[in-house]
Amino acid sequence: MANGTIAVPGRTAEVDFYKVKGKYKGILSWLLTTDHKRIGILYLCSITFFFLVAMTLGVLMRLEMLTPGETFMKAQTYNSLFTLHGVIMVFLFVIPSIPAIFGNFMLPLQIGAKDVQFPRLNLLSWYLYIIGGGLAVLSLFTGGGIMDTGWTFYVPYSIRTTTNVSLSVFAAFVLGFATILTGLNFITTIHRLRCPGMTWFRMPLFVWALYATSWIQVLATPVIGITLVLIILERAFGIGIFDPTLGGDPLLYQHMFWIYSHPAVYIMILPAMGVVSEIIPTFAKKPIFGYVPIAISSLGIALVGYLVWGHHMFSSGISDTSRVIFSLLTFMVALPSGIKIFNWVATLYKGSITITAPMLFVLLFIFIFSIGGLTGLVLGALNTDLHLTDTYFVVAHFHYVMFGGMGLIFFASLHYWFPKMFGKMYNEKMAKVAAYWIAIGFNTLYFPMFIMGYMGMPRRYYDYLPEFQVYHIISTVGSWILVSGILIMFYNLLSGLKNGKKATDNPWGGTTLEWSVASPPPLENFDEIPVVTTGPYDHHHIHGEEQNKNNE
Amino acid sequence: MENNEHHEGEHPVNEHHGPEEGMIAHAHHPSYGVNIAVWIGLIGLTSITVAVAGINLGSLALSVALIIALVKSMFVVNFFMHVKFDSKIIKLCLGVCIVVFITMFVLTFFDLTFRY
Amino acid sequence: MNNNTDSAAEEIHEVHVHRDDFGSKMGLWLFLLTEILLFGGLFLLYAGYRFKYPEGFAAAASELDVLMGAVNTIVLLTSSLTVVLGIVALQKNKLKLSLFFLWCTVFCGIIFLVNKYFEWGAKFHHGIYPKGPKLQEMSEGEVMYFGLYYVMTGLHGLHIIIGLAFIGIVMYRMKKKVITSTNFQKLENAGLYWHIVDIIWIFLFPLLYLIH
Repeated sequence: MANGTIAVPGRTAEVDFYKVKGKYKGILSWLLTTDHKRIGILYLCSITFFFLVAMTLGVLMRLEMLTPGETFMKAQTYNSLFTLHGVIMVFLFVIPSIPAIFGNFMLPLQIGAKDVQFPRLNLLSWYLYIIGGGLAVLSLFTGGGIMDTGWTFYVPYSIRTTTNVSLSVFAAFVLGFATILTGLNFITTIHRLRCPGMTWFRMPLFVWALYATSWIQVLATPVIGITLVLIILERAFGIGIFDPTLGGDPLLYQHMFWIYSHPAVYIMILPAMGVVSEIIPTFAKKPIFGYVPIAISSLGIALVGYLVWGHHMFSSGISDTSRVIFSLLTFMVALPSGIKIFNWVATLYKGSITITAPMLFVLLFIFIFSIGGLTGLVLGALNTDLHLTDTYFVVAHFHYVMFGGMGLIFFASLHYWFPKMFGKMYNEKMAKVAAYWIAIGFNTLYFPMFIMGYMGMPRRYYDYLPEFQVYHIISTVGSWILVSGILIMFYNLLSGLKNGKKATDNPWGGTTLEWSVASPPPLENFDEIPVVTTGPYDHHHIHGEEQNKNNE
Repeated sequence: MENNEHHEGEHPVNEHHGPEEGMIAHAHHPSYGVNIAVWIGLIGLTSITVAVAGINLGSLALSVALIIALVKSMFVVNFFMHVKFDSKIIKLCLGVCIVVFITMFVLTFFDLTFRY
Repeated sequence: MNNNTDSAAEEIHEVHVHRDDFGSKMGLWLFLLTEILLFGGLFLLYAGYRFKYPEGFAAAASELDVLMGAVNTIVLLTSSLTVVLGIVALQKNKLKLSLFFLWCTVFCGIIFLVNKYFEWGAKFHHGIYPKGPKLQEMSEGEVMYFGLYYVMTGLHGLHIIIGLAFIGIVMYRMKKKVITSTNFQKLENAGLYWHIVDIIWIFLFPLLYLIH
């Protein structure tokens, strides 16, 4: 058809969800929406904003680290910068982004539902996100200065420092609430709203990933919730629970903090791995290899993720027995992750591979995330960790898994689902150039950190010995390359939004249900709730292709 | 009658999307008597808890108190909260939560027992 | 469905929400799990510090009034009964009786809070509060105990208030005939929330009051 949509026999031309007139007009149609697709887009805008803020903070940090000693900011400022960078990245970007944006938009579509189970709760989650983010911003301008505790808020310093810890910690609490409500919403949605025929083992792997992630969100977040509340109460009333001068044990704080924050990293990576399991079958034109192991491994990672938090505390003074146990358990978590990597690579074997931008990000991810994961084993081994903990080696490790892992797949998701969400195409060539650029910048920025960390460069240090400077310089130059790549990528996507070609329903030949509806989808997603008879990666049923063949 | 509404739960995925299990909750034999009986049991257990606390059981005292509290909670969960008659899903959710909770305890105490 | 793109853009489109009682119950249960773990963190801290300071905890607990604690326990257990009786009554289509039971629940909750107020008041009066004069003289174990005492009972009291609000809203909706003998999931949900608050107290009572 002229406007690029495919006429499917029996389907009427429905208006896409942007154009449908609901109860509210203009900005209110966004701020009071309960449509999961609009909520996904609201999250996209807010999360991207915070990502860019935190990214800028990172650039400033790297500028300061060009020379030992003061380059252009005071040590106190540097402490505040890395704290903020961590807090915003962790709580406002890495944890929420894929579930809140792509989970919200795609989950109902992928299971053949019209929306999530609790649409109004969904909107509330977004408002809590905004309030949390707003409180975090507010904490920059009120109180005794920007917090400088590091994003981990360790006691006793977080109790003693005069900087604005209480407000920022409260912001994190509110954000945790948003996370819990989203997780609860997704779990119920997946249990109750799968379309007829979609058994558990016919769900797309992205849905499995969201399911496992949501369980972690529900069961782990309350623990940091109470821990953050205790910090606030401690600062306000001097209760003493974590205060060593009153008999408290700072290590108990660390236990409670990491009981959440370790599973949190699986909240970050599981949805990303789910997206990889979507993108690879689409662009290898093959069903995923080992569907059941990948699905179960998502649950496995979620489960084992609860058992390993002590590996963040190896040098903090906990008992030897617990250190050995945590180290052993940490090695176990590599197993389900390894299963995924092997299955993804096996899917590529004898596949008919097209390298589009999303696929390119995924391939780069497999390489970069593997480096991150393997260095995690180095840190998980107790003896090597004692040399490397609190050095730049750790910083490199977690950026490789969080940024090179989750971050790259965030970019991949943006490209993969761009046509579906916006009904337009971006410039494929520019997207691929940006992807390579980002990968080069990323490795230039972070790989030297492994080396200098190994050589002893401590993390969160503002000053350093001259022998590290060459690595810092390379790293900072890498940050410029990386950031320019990211900006090119965003520019390309925004151009696509404005002037891109109209997208068809299924530009990539995907097999999951979101590709069976228009781009962008109509308000209620489906004319009729679909009935599913096959698994999600059945390449005999590529949506729109039968009709395409009929039209020839 | 042992009705098939006894277990609210998963919608039958091999059927056409229609009226599903659990969409509309039905009361199964609502009874004042059973609940009052449970309440009497709970009061009884509370009295035992207080009485036992007076006896010097040494290190056993904590375990006894916790066990009684656990039994009381099981009554509240199974009868007042109706979980005994609920679908497996609800039981599974609660079970997973308890397992996670116990895990937190056990792993933390691997540290504390050797440090305190 | 709309056949003409132009007129579709004109129609006001409302997405109707399907009723799903089990989904509603499940959602609430998942929220209850978060409440269990929220308090769970505090119980973990309690366990750690009691293990570290057994004498301090015993000494501190002797400052508490066991009778008050026991009375409060019975009050809450009774309130759990009355909320269930309220549900049963509604299911039997006895609205007035149901509301009576729910008022009993609210009444019990208020009694609990009043008792708490007096308990805390007595402690404050004796200088036993964070940074208070009497507390400063106490051992580390006792300081940890009272820190946990105030946080745990305070957080619990807050949840009593939330539970009462939940029940209040449901009672209002029952009066408006929105929640009825054939549509009672929301009342059940309020009851479930209330029971969790009761269960938390079932553990708090022996752990805080009955240490020797």
